[in-house]
Parts: sequence; structure tokens; C-alpha cells
Amino acid sequence: MSDSKKPRRDFIKLSAMTLGGVGAASLLIPFISSMNPGKDTLALASTEIDLSPLEEGQSLTVIWRGKPVFIKHRTKSEIDSARNISLEDLPDAEEDSARVQKDNWLVVLGVCTHLGCVPLGQKASDTKGDYGGWFCPCHGSHYDTSGRIRKGPAPTNLPVPPYVFLTDNRIKIG
Amino acid sequence: MSSNELQGYKKTLNSPYTGIKGWIDSRLPLIRMMEAEYLKFPVPKSLNYFWSFGGIAMFCLIGLILTGIFLGFHYKPSADDAFDSVERIMRDVSFGWLIRYLHANLVSFFFIATFIHIFRALYFGSYKAPRELVYIFGLTMFMLMMATAFLGYTLPWGQMSYWGATVITNLFSAIPVVGDAILTLLLGDFTVGDSAVNRFYVLHWLLAFAIVGLVVFHVITLHMTGSNNPTGTEPQSWDETVSFHPYVTIKDLNATIFFFIILAFILFYYPNILGHSDNYIKANPMVTPAHIVPEWYFLPFYAILRAIPDKLGGVIAMFSSILALGLLPWLDTSKVRSCLFRPIWRYCVLLFAVNFLVLMYVGGKPAEGLYVLISRIGTAYWFLFIFVLAPLVGFLETPRQPLTITNYLQSKKA
Repeated sequence: MSDSKKPRRDFIKLSAMTLGGVGAASLLIPFISSMNPGKDTLALASTEIDLSPLEEGQSLTVIWRGKPVFIKHRTKSEIDSARNISLEDLPDAEEDSARVQKDNWLVVLGVCTHLGCVPLGQKASDTKGDYGGWFCPCHGSHYDTSGRIRKGPAPTNLPVPPYVFLTDNRIKIG
Repeated sequence: MSSNELQGYKKTLNSPYTGIKGWIDSRLPLIRMMEAEYLKFPVPKSLNYFWSFGGIAMFCLIGLILTGIFLGFHYKPSADDAFDSVERIMRDVSFGWLIRYLHANLVSFFFIATFIHIFRALYFGSYKAPRELVYIFGLTMFMLMMATAFLGYTLPWGQMSYWGATVITNLFSAIPVVGDAILTLLLGDFTVGDSAVNRFYVLHWLLAFAIVGLVVFHVITLHMTGSNNPTGTEPQSWDETVSFHPYVTIKDLNATIFFFIILAFILFYYPNILGHSDNYIKANPMVTPAHIVPEWYFLPFYAILRAIPDKLGGVIAMFSSILALGLLPWLDTSKVRSCLFRPIWRYCVLLFAVNFLVLMYVGGKPAEGLYVLISRIGTAYWFLFIFVLAPLVGFLETPRQPLTITNYLQSKKA
């Protein structure tokens, strides 16, 4: 092959390889995407809950996307204890008011942000940890009455799921 | 190539056998390969019983695959059916209890054999040139083994299966930014559930056979260099070797039978001693058991995970503890392989083994107080051993002159 032909051959090789590579990579998309939650799983992604049976001070655990959600009807003192603290004391600083839509209703995911265990504190008989909220028995994380991490290995606060109040006594999570 | 050269080349492909054996072998050269690699293959004649654990591990793998196939005939991979189908295997399937107990306990013994096998590699310097790739394939298999064992442990869908799966898959959520999206992608759901157990089952099978594939590479690379031996010196002549068959086959068979007698004792008298009783409670996503512990063979790595007070840091430390071992062939600066002739490194390796057992112990204890401190010291030694001691001791120590295989055997007789 003469030298003048060589760059042309190189160009063809390179474009063929690039095109093949892009094609192969695109082929991966449907396969990887198929691993995500299917439509049936996503269809279960919202839950409606009637709050009226919950007295002040009581908690309810509901299932949303297969995970427990803690709904807490907070007492005045629990709201106060969540608000009367300095944000500097919090490992993951967040105002209590930013975590609730109505002061007396706290809705958080009941999944410890460390490694996914379900913290204790929903039942009256449960230990609630040093800050009156929840305590994770797996690796000892303490959460306060706003579901914020106060002590232990968990890196972040219990996340607040997306929810809306449909009426005063009815919420929809998801 | 001239026609003469071509004829000569073709002649080398001819089978040395005649008859039916020759007919097959000239079409599929497996018989002559097996003869060269497994019957006549020269092996140093100074091997001790530490060298039997590779073969033992292989027998464990074969046993796991056979029992696994028969369990698979009855197991149903779904969140609703998994636990009940395992209970059905235990109660209703003919000899189902035996097959399942065998499968569950063989894993433990597979790990015992593998831990001893890896210790052998470290103590006698089998990881050093020219066997680096043998060692790397081995470590890769070890990691696949851990993944396979983890996936398998989730399948009975008991409380420990479920929460073990939750904790371990949540390690991925430690990845910054995309962690949660990756976790959802891996699980096919927002939690460990029906979708997860289905794919865990498929991956459990897939990885098991991936290990079989790597065994082939492990053995090919080993047969290119030949086995190491306690002296760490290469055989100088045929006199210093024996043929693989019958010498090694019989010795390994002997060791395997002895090893499996211990397995049989555990299997028939204490079949659940290595498991956790909570796994006989069906998975409940709403209630976490008070004390989640992984299987015993994960405990050293679990201890490393918990030794680091930061979530991401712990995950990185745990994975890099094994990956870092893969660097040992290049970090160890000594020219001498075997610890028999390395006065300082020998104690470093022995301490590494003791440290491994200590980490295993604290990994099974709650992460508090003294246990945390011990796990941190243990983790520190793990990395110190690889990154500081391996290069440093090679420079500082004065090894003894390694004995040849013949002299070593004579010195043992004397």
C-alpha cells in the first residue's frame, strides 16, 4: 500500500471503531435501564393515609415503596424540644420548620441513614434514644423528635418523603 | 512457510496415542493435555499438607455446584415464596435437609480451605514472581466467592438474609451523589424485595460459574510456572520433583477425606452452628433484628468496615483491604520467597494471620467500647503490613540462604 493511502485507511478504521463503540454503548442502555423499578413497582409509589385515629403523642408506621414511613403526631413539648436547640449542635443542620408542613405532624422515612435498619421508637414501649425520637439498634444512631441525627454513625437526618395534605386529616405520600 | 515446514508443524499436532484414544485425541487433544498437566506434571517433592488446600477448595466448589443444582430444582426466588420453599426443602423434599445443610456448611468449609490456602501463599511467598497472576486470579476468585456467598445467604429470605442484604446493598448508597440511584438500579425497587431476590438468585448462579471459569485461569497460570514449595526455591532437576499422579493426587485425596470428615461431623451433629437462628424467622421489612451479624467468614471485613467512623470511608477501607493484598507481589521487596528463611517477615505474616482472627472475633461483637479500638488497631495493622512492612522488611532483614529442595528434605530427616 502506498503511503498516500495510509491516512485514508486509518481514518476508515478509526471511524468504524468509533461508530461500533458508540453503537455497542447505546445497546447497553435498554439493558441497564431494564434493571430499574418497573411500572408496576412505580405504580405502588404513592400511599394515602387517614390521620384522624392518631391522638397526640401517638405514632403510625405505614409502608411506602416497601419502606416504613414514620408518622408522628407530635406533642407541644416534642415540637418545642425539636425547635429550642442551636443548629450548631446538629451533625446535619436543618430547621425543624423546614422538615414539617404542619407543626404537629412529622412524616419521615423510617430507615436509618447509616445502613438501612428500622429505628426503634414507634411503639410506646420502645426505647426512643437520648433525644426522645428514635434509636437505631444496629449501630446506635440517635434521632430527635424531628427525625434529625444527633448521635451515632448515621451521616444524615431521616429523610422527609414527598407528601401533601389532601384534607386536614388525610395525606398522600409520594 | 515451505511445504516441508508445514508438514513438520502438522506432525507435532499428531496424537501420540493409537486406536480409539488416538482417534479422539487427534481431533480433541484433551487426553494428551490431561496427561501432560495432571499425570506426568512435575511437582516439587517437598510439598507439605498446606499444598492440599487448593485441591480441597476445588472439591468444595464442585460440591457446592452439585448441591446447588439440586436445591435449585425446588427453590422459588420470590419474596412471597422463597422462605416457604426453603422450609419445604427442609421438611418435605426427600433428603432436602441433607442437601441444604451440605450446601450451607460446604460454603463455610470452602472459606476455611481458602483462608488456609491464602495463608499458605503469604507464608511461603507463592505470590512472588513469577506467580503474580496465579495469585491475582486467586484473589479475584476470593472476591467473587464472597459476593456469591453473600447472594446465596440472602436467598432463604429469613430475617438475617433480609437485613444482611439491606445493610450490604446500602453500602452502595455511600457512593457520593449517584449512590441512591445505583442502589435502586441494582435492587430494581426502592428496597430489598421481590425484584432483588429474583436477581440475587440469578447472580448467585452466574458468579458461581464465573468462579469455575477463573479456576481454569488459576490452574493454567499455575501450570506455566509450576508449584511453589516450602523452600521457595525452584526444583533444579527431575530428581527434585515427583509426578502429579499418583503422588499429589493420593496426598490431596487423603487430605480432602480428612477435611470432609470434619465437615461431616459438623453437618450431622451441629448443622446450624455456623448459621444464625434469626434466619429461621421469615423476612420482615418492618422489624430489624437487634443485632445484625454477617456470616462468620465476612466478620474480619465487617470489622474493618465498622472500624472507620465514616460511612464512605468504611466502605472504601473494606474493599481496599482485599484489593491492597493484590499489590503484595510488587510491594514485597525481598528476593527470598519462603518465610522459612525470612526471620522478620515470618513474624509479620504470622501476626497478620492472628490479626485476621482477632478482626473476625471483634467483627461479631457489638461496635462499641474496646471492640471498636481493637478493630481499629487490627485495621491499621492490615494496611501497615501491606504498604509499610512488605517494602521495608524486604530491605531491612537479612534472610538466610534458602535451601535447595534436596537439602531441605535432608535437613528435615536429620
